[in-house]
Amino acid sequence: MSRFGNIFYLCLLFGALWGAIWTILVTLLALFISGELFQPQVTAGALAGLIAAGLLTFFPPEKRTLGMRVLAGFVFVIVLTVASGATPMGLAPSVYSFGQLVFLVLLAWIMSQSIHLTALRFGPTRERRYNVEVICLRFIKGFGLVAFTIAVALPFFVMVMMSLKNQQLLLSNPLDFSLNFAQGAEALFRSYIELFTQYHFGSYLMNSPLVSVITVLITLFFAVPGAYAVARLKFPGQHFLSRSILLIYMVPMIVLVIPLYAIFSQLGMRNTLWGLMLVYPATTIPVALYMLQGYFRGIPAELEEAGLMDGLSRLNVIRKITLPLALPALASVALYVFMIAWNEFLFAFMFLDNVNLYTLSRGIAELNSSEVPRQHLMAGAVIATVPVLALFLWFERFLVAGLTAGSVKG
Amino acid sequence: MTTEPIPPKGLGPLAKRETRFAYALLLPTFLIVLSVVLFPLFANVWISFKPVTLGDLRAPSILVNERLMGDLAAVGDEADIRYRIRNSSRQSDITDVFMTDTLPATLDVLTFDDRCTIDDSAIACDLGDYEAGKREEIIVRVAATQAFVDAPINVKDTESAFDFLPENILLNDDFTLENFRKVFNASDFWPVLWASLYYTIAVTVGALVMGLFAAQLMNMTFKGRSFLRGLYLSPYVAPVIAVALAWVLLLDPGPGGTLNALLIQLGVIDGPISFLGQRAVDINILGMTLEFPVALTVVIVFEIWRYFPLAMLFILARMQSVSTDIYEAAEIDGATPLQQFRFISLPQLMGIMAVLFLLRFIWTFNKFDDIFLLTGGAAGTRTLTVNVYEQAFAVSNLGAGAAVAVVVFLILLFFSVIFFKFSPEDDA
Repeated sequence: MSRFGNIFYLCLLFGALWGAIWTILVTLLALFISGELFQPQVTAGALAGLIAAGLLTFFPPEKRTLGMRVLAGFVFVIVLTVASGATPMGLAPSVYSFGQLVFLVLLAWIMSQSIHLTALRFGPTRERRYNVEVICLRFIKGFGLVAFTIAVALPFFVMVMMSLKNQQLLLSNPLDFSLNFAQGAEALFRSYIELFTQYHFGSYLMNSPLVSVITVLITLFFAVPGAYAVARLKFPGQHFLSRSILLIYMVPMIVLVIPLYAIFSQLGMRNTLWGLMLVYPATTIPVALYMLQGYFRGIPAELEEAGLMDGLSRLNVIRKITLPLALPALASVALYVFMIAWNEFLFAFMFLDNVNLYTLSRGIAELNSSEVPRQHLMAGAVIATVPVLALFLWFERFLVAGLTAGSVKG
Repeated sequence: MTTEPIPPKGLGPLAKRETRFAYALLLPTFLIVLSVVLFPLFANVWISFKPVTLGDLRAPSILVNERLMGDLAAVGDEADIRYRIRNSSRQSDITDVFMTDTLPATLDVLTFDDRCTIDDSAIACDLGDYEAGKREEIIVRVAATQAFVDAPINVKDTESAFDFLPENILLNDDFTLENFRKVFNASDFWPVLWASLYYTIAVTVGALVMGLFAAQLMNMTFKGRSFLRGLYLSPYVAPVIAVALAWVLLLDPGPGGTLNALLIQLGVIDGPISFLGQRAVDINILGMTLEFPVALTVVIVFEIWRYFPLAMLFILARMQSVSTDIYEAAEIDGATPLQQFRFISLPQLMGIMAVLFLLRFIWTFNKFDDIFLLTGGAAGTRTLTVNVYEQAFAVSNLGAGAAVAVVVFLILLFFSVIFFKFSPEDDA
């Protein structure tokens, strides 16, 4: 077998691709953080990546020591600098010079790490299809991770950063996300403070949790007995019910909004939080019932039968045996319903006219006008996002287990 | 002498009790779903056949203007108390109008309308029905007494009270097919329907493919995996209005739009693109000019971004329940990673992917807020659901909006039937 084969050429290709990708990303990161108009040197980055990859994967895997990897990173930066005419990030080294150095070191480290991990345990030899696929998949997965992370995080990053800037700075250089900490916390968080003092966000921040928590309580109060009945009791129509529950959840909100608007207007319930607290549970009960019945089915019936034998009534069996066992499912359903109610926009937007009754979603819709500066809009978005996201991440495991329990089987 | 045992017929007493108990447990759910989902569904169909506009929802009422015509300065002076009464609405009738008022006790009542009765100083008039826009005057002739001259009272000090039955615009027997005629004759009905279907299919397939890819990534073990999983779920968890408006600012074509500035800085484009405001751009491929829908594509990308996490979650859960033995066996047989994916993972995931496809298809078709917040239905992104809002609340024609909603519902019903036909039996 020859010393060099397809793996080596693939490594060169992936080295060049990584070089281009990371040069763009790190340069843009430097641009965002510093506000200096850096320009990614894509071609030079690709060339540097190719040469660094060639250098590192020229050796068999056991010889790629830490020293070798550092050397490869160093070579990458040298080639990048030379090939780009001494402007590795598109601006003269004198601009933001210490920062440039830090970002170049970061770039070198990421590059050597990327090449090393892509070529891990493979020498520069000719290999079978299996290993060719492994190395290609490594690159694709690595690229996928980077792409997904940036695509998901970018809007949130922009949301947070814009809320901390002011309109003039945003308009003059929209790519400058550097934060001026010297101005003090009060100036930095000015748009948040103004939202609470001038835009009633304090009361929105009371209304949203109120509506959401009441919705959760009503939903559970209705859905738990219903789910138990569908899952455990035998009665005519049981099969039909367990299948038609989800059908209710497929009824579009937009079809309900016109009749509910008309009826609630005439009953005087439209511009009230009670109206929302009636509509939200009605839309969440079917899905809560569906999730819960899936979980109740998973609890061994023998446990409940033992309780019945010992003389507990059905209601007591539910209270003392089933519910404690179903606690994780209850938590996940509660969280999911809370999320739906907190994020709900359509009915809050259509029903509420009174500023004192606004939920966060409705309040942000009010900020979406040309008279309100953008940083206020984004600060409002952050205020609405942080509680629900924090709650969700905190209980993520619960939620994932509960969400998927009802539907994923065998 | 043994008789063949006969199975009991019908439900036994225990089973009957269980049935009753089950119905009792389901009753609250049934009631709320009936009143807030099923009844409105029916009401929507009802409204779609009625000529109702947004303004009609304000119930008509009786307006009155009470005035003293004349001078009551000396004893024996005569004057008219005039009530000008009208129906506030020009469209709907009011029935059983009944007026009551208190006249100053110190005035002598001389003559009054024959529909009224006077008891001491209280006047009560049974005015009958007021058709739309009707106005009339009720006149009571009075004379001043010494007590009145000594202590004059303004007749307006006592408000006249009305009792009446306004016609309910939603309940009258006025029906029309005009709403549906309007919906189907509108020049944009078919484009809107096509945009809805194109959008729904593209989003559903896109979110599934992206979810499958992300699930593959999350199925690897590496440091920081649970952090990344949380991050990837956040587009789905965050409030739609927050992320939609963040995208709007991100894609802004004016000064301050991040993505346009970024693309210009990278040299990809020369001038800003109005991502959410441009209907289509012509692309030349091999001499053929293709029309590429810009705004619709951006809306689809947003929707995929927002809903791939859900697909990821379900696919990942299914992947992690597949036993590793199969993969080990395949490994020994020399199957490459792609072959393992193609011949082991994919067939195992087909079930959940099919269910996800059908569910997501329906939910995406239902979606309103996302497009409404991103473009408001402009630039070729108007789907049927946005059209419902547009007709009912922007054009203020509730009936026409309800008619579009009926069309939406019928299409969904069709999809749901398909869903039920093909959904795997998993309620064993």
